[in-house]
Amino acid sequence: MSATTSETSKARKKSIGAIALDFFGKWGTLLTIAFLLVFFSIKMPPFKSMANMETIFRSISIVTVVAIGITISLTVDGFDLSVGSVVTFADTLVISMFVWYEFGTVLGIFLAIFISLSVAVINSFLIVKLKIFDLLATLAVMFIFEGVALTYTGGGSISQGMPRLDGTPTFGRIPDAFRLIGQSPYIIILMLVIVATVHIFLNYTKHGRYLYMVGGNREAARLSGIPVDRYRTIAYFLSAFFASIGGIMLGARIGSSQVNAGAGFLMPAVAAAFIGYSVAGVKKPNAIGTLVGAVLVGVLENGLIMLSVPYYSLNIVKGLVLAIALAVTYYSKD
Amino acid sequence: MDSQQKHSIEMKGISIEFPGVKALTDVDFKIGSGTIHALIGANGAGKSTLMKVLGGVYNHYMGTITFDGTAVNIKTPRDSIKLGVAVVYQEVDTALIPYLSIAENIMLDALVNDMGHRQFVNWKGIRAAAKEYLKRVNLDLDIRTLVQDVSLADKQRILVARALAGNSRFLILDEPTAPLSQTETDELFELMRDLAQNQNVGIIFISHRLPEIFEICDTVTILRDGEKVAEKPISEFTQKDIVEHMLGRKFDETYPKTAVDIGSTLFEIKNLSEANGAIHDVNLAVRAGEIVGVTGLVGAGKTELCKTIFGALRIGSGDIILNGNPLKINSPHTAVKQGLALVPEERRKEGVLVEEPVYINLTVASLNNFSNRFDFVNTTSERVAAKKIINELGIRTPSENQKVAFLSGGNQQKVAVGKWLIADADVYIFDEPTKGVDVGAKHDIFELIGQLASDGKGIIYASSEIPEIMGISDRTYVMYDRTIVKELETTETTEEEILFYSAGGQ
Ligand SMILES: Nc1ncnc2c1ncn2[C@@H]1O[C@H](COP(=O)(O)OP(=O)(O)OP(=O)(O)O)[C@@H](O)[C@H]1O
Ligand SMILES: [Mg+2]
Repeated sequence: MSATTSETSKARKKSIGAIALDFFGKWGTLLTIAFLLVFFSIKMPPFKSMANMETIFRSISIVTVVAIGITISLTVDGFDLSVGSVVTFADTLVISMFVWYEFGTVLGIFLAIFISLSVAVINSFLIVKLKIFDLLATLAVMFIFEGVALTYTGGGSISQGMPRLDGTPTFGRIPDAFRLIGQSPYIIILMLVIVATVHIFLNYTKHGRYLYMVGGNREAARLSGIPVDRYRTIAYFLSAFFASIGGIMLGARIGSSQVNAGAGFLMPAVAAAFIGYSVAGVKKPNAIGTLVGAVLVGVLENGLIMLSVPYYSLNIVKGLVLAIALAVTYYSKD
Repeated sequence: MDSQQKHSIEMKGISIEFPGVKALTDVDFKIGSGTIHALIGANGAGKSTLMKVLGGVYNHYMGTITFDGTAVNIKTPRDSIKLGVAVVYQEVDTALIPYLSIAENIMLDALVNDMGHRQFVNWKGIRAAAKEYLKRVNLDLDIRTLVQDVSLADKQRILVARALAGNSRFLILDEPTAPLSQTETDELFELMRDLAQNQNVGIIFISHRLPEIFEICDTVTILRDGEKVAEKPISEFTQKDIVEHMLGRKFDETYPKTAVDIGSTLFEIKNLSEANGAIHDVNLAVRAGEIVGVTGLVGAGKTELCKTIFGALRIGSGDIILNGNPLKINSPHTAVKQGLALVPEERRKEGVLVEEPVYINLTVASLNNFSNRFDFVNTTSERVAAKKIINELGIRTPSENQKVAFLSGGNQQKVAVGKWLIADADVYIFDEPTKGVDVGAKHDIFELIGQLASDGKGIIYASSEIPEIMGISDRTYVMYDRTIVKELETTETTEEEILFYSAGGQ
């Protein structure tokens, strides 16, 4: 009998540990954000001003939208590394539409997104048809489109009034309406609308359900009558679509196209999407979680800059905190 | 190895809970060397859970375990292995590494745990030992063969060999016979007898096939709803007693075949061949309201036939005709759209999404019926439909929101069947749908299939269990060597005749 009771208390103790672990697994990311907010506010009082909060949200808006694309590729158990190149490509395209070809705002944006979707065509062909491992396929495509964007501009940047590389003068102007997209609050609103829409799409529609099913067990999904290849293709198209919107937002914000401007968005976006997995215990790629993940990344970066951590050391701290957040999140998954 | 010394393991007052489920309550269980002990109970009764406790999978149970009378602490698989307990779990594949050779798989524990400070593998020794164990389980295969290339029955033997390699004194076999043919089962039993009688191994055997229990076991323990309800030598039980103990009620085991007016031809297959020859030249017809059996030995091509009709394998040539119209099937998606449904054979790989809740699994094949015209899913109506099927099939789950991974094996199978019962198809194909489900649930599944038939659906029922085919079908096709060799009226045939044609007789 005594053996039984000692066994019991042991079991209890274990389960308290397990509960704590579970709790951190679910809420670790939010706790980390809360902790960082308090910490930075104490260290740097201006940190908590409304204006600074707005700055944070403005700074994460592009990363979030790109991360939403990655999130969708993750739902089908895929992975899209090419999003950074798509951002660059779409930025380059949209600016060239205005500066080189003097298109209007709507047409320029539409064409830029449309052409950027060619990345998705290639991605899904390589992955779904030729069955190349997604990481490798999108890595290859990432390089291809970095090159395509550079080739398109002739290896330089584009901005208003700047002649083309071959010396042809340009007369196009970047429309004011377009520039507005890159400014607060519009850029923030755009991000929130996208997050909300994708959240609803993934959780409340048939198609969202199917995407998760395909990611959960491809063979079972196929034998349930879900057109698996079609949904995998859709996922890569949506991924490229949101990345190209990210590129448009970038173009609107900086008003020009820079060499490889999108590359820097890849890593924080990947981090945001992966951190998002576990937020509130969803344990699946999901839109709200991804937003939370992006907020974590944004708060961290903003706070560190305000603490005047030199830019060259920023990545060390950023990487460390991300590793800790991920550790807290994934450790409970045993 | 202490080959003649008697050992015993005793579990006392074992209780374990999972969120929302009390899986075991105060269960006592004892096993001694050299005996074969059956552990039986309905789906979800707690058999696998009890064995996982013994195997060190869980550490949050209550109760004590003693080995030869001294208390032992089993909290990890390692603890259990050290005591000489080896478990062959319900899903054989998960325990083997497919791209390693048989030798490496057998000697896995030795390779992983007994290396000491050596950095190089003594391949010669490993191979010699592996060969020896393979001989002891009567498996005549090259030890360099990769595990992915051997049959399921052989994989089980390989796992038994691994148990022997670990000097196991106790062997737990959780539903090992579910995927086996009759011959393979007989061979496994021979091996079990040899291990128990000549090698002093104590064996715990779990199965839902009662005749097997009577054939091989000495003692029977029956669980119901997580409690032990009976334990006696097999000689003191009748099959009827056992079923009543399992289900807790009187039970009539005869198959409930409903009388249905059979209509005109609904579905036809003409000269169907699979692109890579998995089946060839198959002809088959199903009338409205008719249940057509497809039987044959394991490996005769039943599963391949089901999958080819459903577009899961590639059709090479031939026609599939529904209501007189030829169908164009190039994927399961197109098959479902044109009115076909398939309950596949391997539930975990093909039938269910283990990470999703029960209700999402149950509606996945018919989500259109639960979506509005903007493709938004109506979760409320989904849950209503799910609850209905949970009741009808007696799926043991705390609620429709439970993850399927947490259901017992047989209850997962019920989910795999249930999702097609919700879907509205014209022709239903069942591939071994009762694998691993208890007698009560089998009864329920048959009743629901009978209902589909009386609604005028066509049913193809593939199974290697001839008694089932005899009980449920109106007509039977026998497969041999990848094609149908004989068509029989069920009422006019016998098990012997079916067996004769299954074995290639003409
Ligand atoms: N990890 C888990 N989490 C939650 N519930 C569980 C878990 N494992 C088992 N259960 C529940 O405990 C009960 C007993 O399950 P168990 O797998 O032992 O049944 P079983 O007797 O082996 O049934 P079957 O014949 O279907 O294999 C079931 O209701 C099951 O849903
Ligand atoms: Mg079980």
